[in-house]
Amino acid sequence: MPTLTIDGIEVEVENGTTVLQACEQAGIEIPRFCYHERLSIAGNCRMCLVEVSPGPPKPAASCALPASDGMEVKTNTEKVKKFREGVMEFLLINHPLDCPICDQGGECDLQDQSMAYGIGNNRYEEKRRIVKEKYMGPLIRTIMTRCIHCTRCVRFADEIAGVPSLGAIGRGENTQITTYNEQAFASELSGNVVDLCPVGALTSKPYTFKARPWELKNTETIDVHDALGSNIRVDARGRAVMRALPRIHEDVNEEWISDKTRHAVDGLSKNRLDRPYVKKKGKLVEATWNEAFALIAKKIEGLNGDQIAGLVGDLCDTESMYAFKTLMNSLGGKIDCRQDGSKVGAKHRAGYLFNTGVSGIDQADACLLIGSNPRHESPVLNARLRQRWLTRKCKIANVGPDIDISYKVDQLGDSAKILQDILDGKNDFAEVLNSAKKPMLILGQGALNREDSPQIIKLAHDIAEKYGLIKGVWNGFNVLHTAASRVAALDMGLVTDTGVEGILAGVESSDIKVVYNLGADELDTRRLKKAFVIYQGSHGDAGVKNADVILPGVAYTEKPGTYLNTEGRVQIAQRAIFGPGEAREDWTIFRALSELLGKTLNFDTVAELRKAMTTQYPQFAIIDQKPAANWADIGVAGKVSKEGFRLAISDFYGTNPIARSSETMDECRAAMNGADQAQGATGTNG
Amino acid sequence: MLADKDRIFTNLYGFESPFLDAAKKRGDWDGTKDILARGVDSIVSEMKESGLRGRGGAGFPTGLKWSFMPKESDGRPSYLVVNADEGEPGTCKDREIMRHDPHKLIEGCLIAGFGMRAIAAYIYIRGEFVHEANVLEQAIEEANAAGLLGKNACGSGYDFNVYVHRGAGAYICGEETALIESLEGKKGQPRLKPPFPANVGVFGCPTTVNNVESIAVVPTILRRGGAWFAGLGRENNTGTKLFCISGHVNRPCNVEEEMGIPLKELIETHAGGVRGGWDNLLAIIPGGSSVHMIPKSVCDTVLMDFDSLRAEGTGLGTAAVIVMDKSTDLVRAITRLSAFYKHESCGQCTPCREGTGWMWRVMERLTKGEAEIEEIDMLLDVTKQIEGHTICALGDAAAWPVQGLFRHFRPEVERRILEYKKQHNAA
Repeated sequence: MPTLTIDGIEVEVENGTTVLQACEQAGIEIPRFCYHERLSIAGNCRMCLVEVSPGPPKPAASCALPASDGMEVKTNTEKVKKFREGVMEFLLINHPLDCPICDQGGECDLQDQSMAYGIGNNRYEEKRRIVKEKYMGPLIRTIMTRCIHCTRCVRFADEIAGVPSLGAIGRGENTQITTYNEQAFASELSGNVVDLCPVGALTSKPYTFKARPWELKNTETIDVHDALGSNIRVDARGRAVMRALPRIHEDVNEEWISDKTRHAVDGLSKNRLDRPYVKKKGKLVEATWNEAFALIAKKIEGLNGDQIAGLVGDLCDTESMYAFKTLMNSLGGKIDCRQDGSKVGAKHRAGYLFNTGVSGIDQADACLLIGSNPRHESPVLNARLRQRWLTRKCKIANVGPDIDISYKVDQLGDSAKILQDILDGKNDFAEVLNSAKKPMLILGQGALNREDSPQIIKLAHDIAEKYGLIKGVWNGFNVLHTAASRVAALDMGLVTDTGVEGILAGVESSDIKVVYNLGADELDTRRLKKAFVIYQGSHGDAGVKNADVILPGVAYTEKPGTYLNTEGRVQIAQRAIFGPGEAREDWTIFRALSELLGKTLNFDTVAELRKAMTTQYPQFAIIDQKPAANWADIGVAGKVSKEGFRLAISDFYGTNPIARSSETMDECRAAMNGADQAQGATGTNG
Repeated sequence: MLADKDRIFTNLYGFESPFLDAAKKRGDWDGTKDILARGVDSIVSEMKESGLRGRGGAGFPTGLKWSFMPKESDGRPSYLVVNADEGEPGTCKDREIMRHDPHKLIEGCLIAGFGMRAIAAYIYIRGEFVHEANVLEQAIEEANAAGLLGKNACGSGYDFNVYVHRGAGAYICGEETALIESLEGKKGQPRLKPPFPANVGVFGCPTTVNNVESIAVVPTILRRGGAWFAGLGRENNTGTKLFCISGHVNRPCNVEEEMGIPLKELIETHAGGVRGGWDNLLAIIPGGSSVHMIPKSVCDTVLMDFDSLRAEGTGLGTAAVIVMDKSTDLVRAITRLSAFYKHESCGQCTPCREGTGWMWRVMERLTKGEAEIEEIDMLLDVTKQIEGHTICALGDAAAWPVQGLFRHFRPEVERRILEYKKQHNAA
């Protein structure tokens, strides 16, 4: 633990701390561009120069210098001021002073630091550098003349994203940052380089010239595009969401978000259901809430509970589901939340949570992926796995299709039989798991949506018990969900014995007369034709086809709500804007309908609803903690099929109605499929 | 003047064959096994005693550098890397060694590698040295075939390999950490230090990077004794050195001389004197393009070694003596050097990337006189903002020629500006 003096302040720091970090601990700000906590140290911008003694009589880059005992650091001297002014002047001579038309304006590190540490005038009278724009895909707009060559984006691509297609070409003042052959930066995390760029060289392409940071209302909320529950900030102007940015949460998303989280927000203003509809003579026509409710009441009247079924979609908040469940219970109907056909059971919490926790990955020393592509199912979590893999302290193996998940895994094969081999000690990876101190496995949805899923779960359970995945406080059994609503729905027991397939079959055999669909768009709704279908949701997607009544709900940015991520962590989302037209928060729709059906729900405000909900499910009241679930016997013993796994996500950019409504996501899909080459973005096709 | 018996590079001019038979006749590979048998500590202390300072320009004591290498391996092997990326303008000494006397270098690699417990040596040779690389590769093949390298090298029981790696033509790859990056197959950009190469070098293993000349003199030093080498030259500036004399002299040449020889004597004895006589001398850059130039008044008396030149505010560098007589347009000469550094800056860190281009552009205007007098001080200030602020020494190397020009020849630059103004105001 070295002790050093910084501007007369004595600080004791951990071994391996850099001088820059020590300065921060002493409360002294050091300007920097290339340094970033989560990336390797480049030491190339030279903005963080300080005076250090003992040492050579030249300034030292504090970001790269390890703090050592007895060091004396000066950051407030005339010399240091001159160092910073010098570097700032060099950075600015070839930087266009186009702040008024730059999207980074108002939130630009270079702008801020030049105000604080610059000299305020310009001695450079020569010609300035102009750099051609580079194509980096549909999400990243480049104005490379503004680039200050900090290489944060390059390091992000290499280290975090694991898609090393960014780099610097040329040298000296002709150095240019570009992608390999000017192809799109093909990572699901590509948008993060826009946040990392300290200047306006890389800006968000969809957000180009859309808004200024000071016009925006910032709302801190939670993402629903995957089950990780990334902490985000939604920036809105008036009634439009302009962009989504990550917030820091060390145990969830660190400071990254996926491109879908960031850029699917334009889907929030397209294909919206903004008024009720009812089907008349085979056609959906606009209706009033009263008309719609009256029709529903008429259809439900006289039915017994077995004839009514409910479906829950992937994006629902806990409040909506609780109100839905309470209403359906009073009618005697059953609800199932597993529209993807998952066989996961709701009985034991440990059987469907990501028990290790996202930050638990940082300790794992062996990991077995089963029927999962974490790169698509949760790109940010995958980045964390990759970080752990990079330390070489964690061996990762995959049972499932051979896919590129941005790091190298032992591909054991694509058959559930392999799990039996591992359990029997016939696979080499059994020994890896056995000798590991903190082994873990991840069951993807691809392992849960099969006929033999209960048997696969049983095998995973047995592997976990046999190889020490469960010991003490360590629980290495994990389910990686893809739906933001799933864990809370399972907590509330929104499952039926026969699953969604049972409901669909019930409709086809006319045993089920009414289906109430709360935002489930990922199933074949043609199979619901025979029933009277009420669709309640935010977007005109698959769910509205074959619907007889449409009730407009709001999207995740338009309501306060509670979400449980795949770990079971409870997080509260806030309302950023109001929904369009007559769209209402879902729980209020159930409240209004319940009154008409004579089954009035006993809450009138969100607060009352939450009180009722947390009384019944106390775990929903424990905010932002990774729960520890008791280990239990899960799965059903039996034979597994040798069939390969079918991954849950085939199209990362279109997993839900919001993403499917987003034009940006369409462009991403096209670009990742290589369509960008046809656009002639490199300028070589004339 | 260096006596012939004290000469190390006896085939500097290529009068004899560079290959093994001739090299053996010149004394190479004589008793190498016995030298290795003395042991690592003895070799390193002999090198320390000789006082040999690195011949690549910085003048760091070679024996001391070797002693930084780990005494016991932590599982990683150690490597010797020989810097043969000789690109400093005016310098052509390593080229001659590799072209005409490669076995001195190869034998040096074995002994030096042994002295630092390395398992192999990589000779990173400048890409333009095609002929030299061919000669070197052939010489290594010969040595391998003769059992002088490879398994049980020279019968010493020590296994050692020497590899040649050709560079791709970047000056910056002569910087030791950029060279290591390039050797690893990456873009040649200097690394941050610490960690130093002796701790984390090529492929993450302990590495020492030495200049060709430093390594090539090792066998002779060990054969004749550190005391012999230390007896030449002055204290702390011992031994012999290859000087490359170019520019406005009657007979440009490479010559091996004793350290500390007076600059004037060096030029008059070996290069046939300055073109038009000593009094026609304007200035000399004594150590390759990266050091300050010195005017004639300094050249009259200065001695050619590290400390004497340093006392005059310049440096021995690679001992590439660039002579400029009174016909030289000094401003234009330095502008050309600025263009060189602008072109060779790797672009990694800010002051050098942006500053070298700035300096060159202002220098271009100063050459014509198309500037204001105040801009001289501004340019000096810019050089100070580069010097010492960068990751590697290329920033310093780019700043010093410009600083040297203004230090000794500022009146000439000012005269030019005034003249330009006069002409253009009159017109």
